[in-house]
Amino acid sequence: MLIAILTISSMAAFFGLILGYAAIRFKVEGNIIVDQIDSLLPQTQCGQCTYPGCRPYAEAIASGQAPINQCPPGGQSTVVLLADLLDVEVLELNAEHGNHNEVPLVAFIQEETCIGCTLCIQACPVDAILGSAKHMHTIIVDECTACKLCLPPCPVDCIDMIPIKQTIEDWKWSLPGAN
Amino acid sequence: MNIKLSHFNGGIHLDDHKAESLTRPVQLASLPNQLILPLKQHIGESNKPLVNIGYHVLRGQLIAGSSSPISAPIHASTSGIVSSIGPHLVPHASGQSAECIIIDVDGKDESIKFEPIDVNQMQPADILDHIRRLGIVGLGGASFPTSLKLSRGIDFGVHTLVINGAECEPYITCDDSLMQNQADETVRGIGYLQRMLTPTKTLIGIEDNKPKAIEAMKLALKTGPLPDTKVISIPTLYPSGGEKQLIQILTGNEIPTGRLAFDIGIFCQNVGTCLMIAQALELNQPLMSRYVTVSGDGIRQPGNWIVRLGTPIKHLIGLAGGYVQDCLKKSNNTQQNLVMGGPMMGFLLSSDSVPIVKSSNNILVMKQKLIVKKPDVHDECVRCGKCAEVCPAQLLPQQLYWHSRSKEYEKVEEYNLFDCIECGCCSAVCPSQIPLVQYYRASKSEIRVTQLATFKSDHARIRFKFREKRLLLKKQQEEKNRQLKRKILLEKSATKKTDSNLADPIQAALDRIKAKKNEQVIKPKNITGLTVNQQKQIDKADSRRRAARKQNA
Repeated sequence: MLIAILTISSMAAFFGLILGYAAIRFKVEGNIIVDQIDSLLPQTQCGQCTYPGCRPYAEAIASGQAPINQCPPGGQSTVVLLADLLDVEVLELNAEHGNHNEVPLVAFIQEETCIGCTLCIQACPVDAILGSAKHMHTIIVDECTACKLCLPPCPVDCIDMIPIKQTIEDWKWSLPGAN
Repeated sequence: MNIKLSHFNGGIHLDDHKAESLTRPVQLASLPNQLILPLKQHIGESNKPLVNIGYHVLRGQLIAGSSSPISAPIHASTSGIVSSIGPHLVPHASGQSAECIIIDVDGKDESIKFEPIDVNQMQPADILDHIRRLGIVGLGGASFPTSLKLSRGIDFGVHTLVINGAECEPYITCDDSLMQNQADETVRGIGYLQRMLTPTKTLIGIEDNKPKAIEAMKLALKTGPLPDTKVISIPTLYPSGGEKQLIQILTGNEIPTGRLAFDIGIFCQNVGTCLMIAQALELNQPLMSRYVTVSGDGIRQPGNWIVRLGTPIKHLIGLAGGYVQDCLKKSNNTQQNLVMGGPMMGFLLSSDSVPIVKSSNNILVMKQKLIVKKPDVHDECVRCGKCAEVCPAQLLPQQLYWHSRSKEYEKVEEYNLFDCIECGCCSAVCPSQIPLVQYYRASKSEIRVTQLATFKSDHARIRFKFREKRLLLKKQQEEKNRQLKRKILLEKSATKKTDSNLADPIQAALDRIKAKKNEQVIKPKNITGLTVNQQKQIDKADSRRRAARKQNA
């Protein structure tokens, strides 16, 4: 009887130690689900989902506060991927938040109209606008995510969203029968 | 040096159709009216034009270049005036336009002075730089900048140099005629490669359907011998001209998936590139022309030409006697039977106004039946498995087909899609006429685009996070400054308060005034050297003042 109790409790203590060590040694930093959701979002940081950026939206989805269909830049394909990841029902993209644009866009500043007010620079979520006070601003094309956040603050309306020209470099072979 | 040949998996025997274009000797193509030189004729970064509209350029003059290491500059291939710089149709599977420099040819063909250089005095680094400056790229088809490939080869260390003269695709004979015509120079080019790479052996692989080329190369090796170098006749089997396949035939080594020939100490170069290296190093001439075959049953006089880069294909077809009547079915302004490259791996051209570029080895005009152009509508797969039998990369074409069709890109990658060399064997043997290669190409480009998008969104995430951090830091700094200011203000008011606690402030002020008043005793000036009389008067006045003060007090 005593031997049994001693054996069981020493085993329990031993495994408890292993588990305790493993919990510290293999501790997972951060929230994995949020990271996974965030990696599926398009990272335009446009805020059309009503959250201030893609990561906050990912956090809201993870905590169940937001539905998965509020991301127009990601489009229906992102909704499907999110539904797949979270094992929930696929929803239609919510049109209240905007429509998905198939053609990739980029912001363009009309240089002769720009007065150098720096308002767009402050609005840009990815620091893609270059310029300083009373000097002309310009967009770094490779950094622009086409979030359109620079459009409303511009006092002279000199920013346009223009479609990115497709070149030979990003031309795609189509599947047979597709055209 | 005895070489035991190996085999690669599969492959197919094709009617080679090489005799047609070999009936005539190689000719120099005449000058066209216009040269169209795309800014990008290589794998890597695009060039920037170094000339403007209206400039008069000479043959051999540098007209476009880039500071990127993965690039090859462009040189004018004859003299003339730059008439425009802008989009023009280029030979590309997309049928789209790209930036080109267009030169109106003046017909004088004046050249810049090519200063002779002494290769024997040059260090390998200088030779590499020279090859880079003269715009040499791999002429086998991929157009990878040769200097970069060489420098990687030097870094990795090479034990076997493989020279590719296999030319396995039907109809194409440009490398064949190049070896027949300029074997000596080609062999000298191989010699320069040996000097830089110091391989222990060099194998020149040529398919046995080119006996004249084999003879010419052997003869050239006799007149200008190279150490441990051998011309090897290999059995004719498509696609033995693929880099990986040729290496496997000659050395028995397979290149592991996702790796390059360098990784197993082998360096492979096309014969045409060797010739261009010799010309660059001996004559100091940039890459301005190349051997091009014009062939197919839709052309009147098939043959080989040495063509200046930028020559419109139309001009070349004119030299070859023009199209056989009714061979071009025109629908929606697109020519259905005009191919750049061979019938297996080539691509359809949308127009014959596109120019010859560095990678153009063959122009094929076919009356009908093109392997590269299969019907979009095809029968279902009958699971015969012939495609897997012929696949030289030992892939499972059926699996790749199913997953490509249902757009399961992860699965496609699991089945090693990126080891597919797009040789077209599977499409050629498919009894259901499935354009398998097009499925694979579509999957490949879709995967590449997705990778690019992921890269871009990852980048945006990093920028966003950085901005958040920066704004937070700024806020924290401002808060810190505010607190510091508040602290200073508090301290100041605190010291004032302690002063007032000590004594009544009004009394203190009165005291201060009193003290000041007492100090206000007027000190007389000019009192030195006074007479007795004056002193008496002063004393009198002083005593009066004292009496008055006493009275006031």
